[in-house]
Amino acid sequence: MVRPSLEIGSIIDGFQIEDCLHLGGMATLWSVSRPGSTMPMLMKVPKFEEGEDPAAIVSFEMEQMILPRLSGVHVPKFVAAGDFAVQPYIVMERIIGKTLLARLPELPLPYAEVAEIGVKVATALNDLHRQHVFHLDVKPSNIMFRSTGEAVLIDFGLSHHQQLPDLMQEEFRLPYGTAPYMAPEQLLSIRNDSRSDVFALGVLLYFFSTGVRPFGESETMRGMRRRLWRDPEPPRRLKPNYPAWLQEIVLRCIEIEPAWRYPTVSQVAFDLSHQSEVKLTARSERLRRDPFTTVLRRRFNPDLTKPIERPERAATELASAPIVAVAIDLAEGSASLGNALRIAAEQILATLPSARLACLNVLKQSRIAIDTALDEQGHNKHIDRLIALRHWAEPLKLEDRHLTVHVLEAFDPASAILEFAQANRIDHILIGARQNSLLRKLLGSVSAKVAAEAPCTVTVVRPSRLEESEKSPAQDEPTPKESSV
Amino acid sequence: MLIAIFADIHANRQAFSACLAQARNHGAERIVLLGDYVGYGADPEWTVTTVMDLVDKGAVAVLGNHDSAIGNRREQLNMEAQIVIEWTRGELGQSQRQFLADLPLTREDDDRLFVHAEASNPKSWIYVQHIENAAHSMMATSANITFCGHIHKPALYSMSALAKMTAFTPTTDVAVQLLPGRRWLAVLGSVGQPRDGNPAASYLMLDTEKREVTYCRAPYDVEQAAAQIRKKGLPIRLAERLFVGK
Repeated sequence: MVRPSLEIGSIIDGFQIEDCLHLGGMATLWSVSRPGSTMPMLMKVPKFEEGEDPAAIVSFEMEQMILPRLSGVHVPKFVAAGDFAVQPYIVMERIIGKTLLARLPELPLPYAEVAEIGVKVATALNDLHRQHVFHLDVKPSNIMFRSTGEAVLIDFGLSHHQQLPDLMQEEFRLPYGTAPYMAPEQLLSIRNDSRSDVFALGVLLYFFSTGVRPFGESETMRGMRRRLWRDPEPPRRLKPNYPAWLQEIVLRCIEIEPAWRYPTVSQVAFDLSHQSEVKLTARSERLRRDPFTTVLRRRFNPDLTKPIERPERAATELASAPIVAVAIDLAEGSASLGNALRIAAEQILATLPSARLACLNVLKQSRIAIDTALDEQGHNKHIDRLIALRHWAEPLKLEDRHLTVHVLEAFDPASAILEFAQANRIDHILIGARQNSLLRKLLGSVSAKVAAEAPCTVTVVRPSRLEESEKSPAQDEPTPKESSV
Repeated sequence: MLIAIFADIHANRQAFSACLAQARNHGAERIVLLGDYVGYGADPEWTVTTVMDLVDKGAVAVLGNHDSAIGNRREQLNMEAQIVIEWTRGELGQSQRQFLADLPLTREDDDRLFVHAEASNPKSWIYVQHIENAAHSMMATSANITFCGHIHKPALYSMSALAKMTAFTPTTDVAVQLLPGRRWLAVLGSVGQPRDGNPAASYLMLDTEKREVTYCRAPYDVEQAAAQIRKKGLPIRLAERLFVGK
C-alpha cells in the first residue's frame, strides 16, 4: 500500500500539514488547517512501521471508534478520520495551551487550587462517564483547560466504551496505562470499572497537593503490583498542616478496593466543592500506613490479587449513585408538604443505596431592605435553617456521608435552586408544589420554573389532597415575609 | 446501502413480520436471510412462502440445518426439534421443499460472507460459542466480514492483523464501526427464538457505506406466537421459552 509522505506543507484530504507538535512513542501530532475552517486543528498519525509496538495500532483504532461519538466541552471536537488503507489519521480540535503536566515544577500547589483543579477534572470525567466512556489513562499530560476554564480530556487510546468492542481486551496480556496513576484493578486487566478513573483522580490530587506520587514511579510489574496490597503514606504524614477534608477525599479515591472508593466522579466533585460538609472518617486522621498485619493479609488474599471476572458496571449502575437535591420549605404550616417530600426521598433512597441527598433551603433576601443575619430574637437565621434541615432529614436515618445540608441566600428561589443543580451536577431534584396559593399567583411558581429549566430530572411533590383538605388552606400559606422553598 | 439481515426465523410469523416492518421503517434497501426458516415455530408455510417471495425480489438466502433436515433425514437434531421438523414436512408443499433443498450453504457479496453456522465447515453446523470457534471461522475465509446465526445469541468478534481476537456482546441500537484494519465475525441473534434472555426478536442492520452494524430488537406478539405452537400440538416448552427468550 502506498502512503502519502507526511511533511510540512503536504496536503492530505484537504488538510494542510503545518507544524509537528509532538513526536510520541505511539503517534505523531501535526497542527493542520483547512480552507474555510477557523477552529485550530491537529492531526494524529499513528506509528505503523514494522516492529513498532502493536499497541500503537490498537489504541489508535480505539480512539478512532470513540472520539467521533463524544460531544461536549470536555473533549476535543472530532473533525475527520483518514482511510485506514491509505493513510490512517484522526483530525480533531486543537486545544490551545499546555497540559496540566506544565504545572509539575510548581508542586505542591495550594490546597484550594488543588481542589479547584480536582472539581474541574472530575466534572470532565463525569461528562465522559455519562457518555459510556471510562478514560483509564487520567494523568496530567492528558488534561488541558479551555480559556473558559473547563477541563478537557485528551487521548482516548486506552479508554473503554461500554457499548463498543474493547479492542485492548485480548490484545495484550500486560496492562496498559501510566504506572503512577493506574488503579489496582487495571493491573489485573480489568478495564470496565469507572472507579478506576476515581483512583487516578485521587492519585492526581495526592500528587498535586503533596508533590509526592503516592505509589511512586516504578514501572516494573512488580513495583506496580505493590499497590494491590500496600497503601500509600497518608498525606498528613508528609504535610502536618494537610486539611482533614482533603485527606478524607484523597484517601477515599485511592482505596485499593473499588467498592470503598467514591462510587462516581461527580460525588468527588461534590465533596471537593463542599469542604465543610465532607464527612470525616478515620481516614482523615490517619498519620501512618496500614499495619504490617493488614498488609500481609491483603498480600495473600487471593481475591484481591488474582484477576477475577467482574461484570460490566452498567450505565444503570452508575446511575444508582446519583446526587439528589431536595428543596425544602421550612415555613410554618408546610409540614404536610415536608412529609410528602421526605416520603418521596425515602422511596428514591430505598432503591438507590449509593445515592446522596443534598437538602436545600433558600433564605430569601429582600431586594430593598438590607438583611441582617439575625432575626428579631437575635438568632442566626442561616444556622437555624441548617439545623431545621438536619431535623427534616433525621427520620431518613442517613449516614453522614450520604447527606449534606445547604442554605442558599438569594432573591429568587427558583434561580438559586437551578444554579445549585447546575454547579453540583445534581441528577434529580425533588421539590414541593403548593396549591391554591395566593403567593404563587403573585410571584409565579417556583417548582414550575425549576421543572421547566433544570438540567436534570425534576419530581414535583404534592401532599395528597385528602391530607390537604383536613386543614384550612390558610394554614399552608406562608406569609410573604417567611416565604422560602 | 442499508442491508437488513435476519437469522433463525424458525417459523415465527409474528416475530418475522415485526422485524421486517421495523427494518423497512429503518430504511432497509436489501434483505439477507441466514437460514433456519423452519423448525420450532408454528408457521412454516407462511414463513417459507414469504422468504421465497423476498428472494424473488432480490434477497439473498442461505441454508440452515433445520431447512436441510426437511429433505435430509440424516441431519441430527434434538428431540423437540425433530418432532417439529416431522410435522413441518407435512405442512410444506413440493415447491417449498424444493426451494429449501436448493439453498446454498454460503453466499459471498463484495467483502462479506453469509453463512448459517460458521465458515470453517458450513455443513457441520458448528456453533460459534467461544472466541476459538470464531477464530477458526475467520481463518477459513478471505472475507473481511462474516455474518452468521445458528447460536441464537448476538456476539461480535474481531481479529487484528496479528490474529489477536476480541469478543463483544453488542448493545442494542448502538452502531459499531467495523474498522477496516481488522476482520470481523458478526453473530446474529435469532428472529424467532431468541436465547439471550431478551424475548424481543433480534436482527441486524448493516450500513455498507459507513461499515457499521447495528444490532436491533423488535418487540412482537409473543402471546400469539406461543398460542399457535400450542394450537398445532407442538412441544409446549417451545411456546414457553419464547416468553423469556431462553
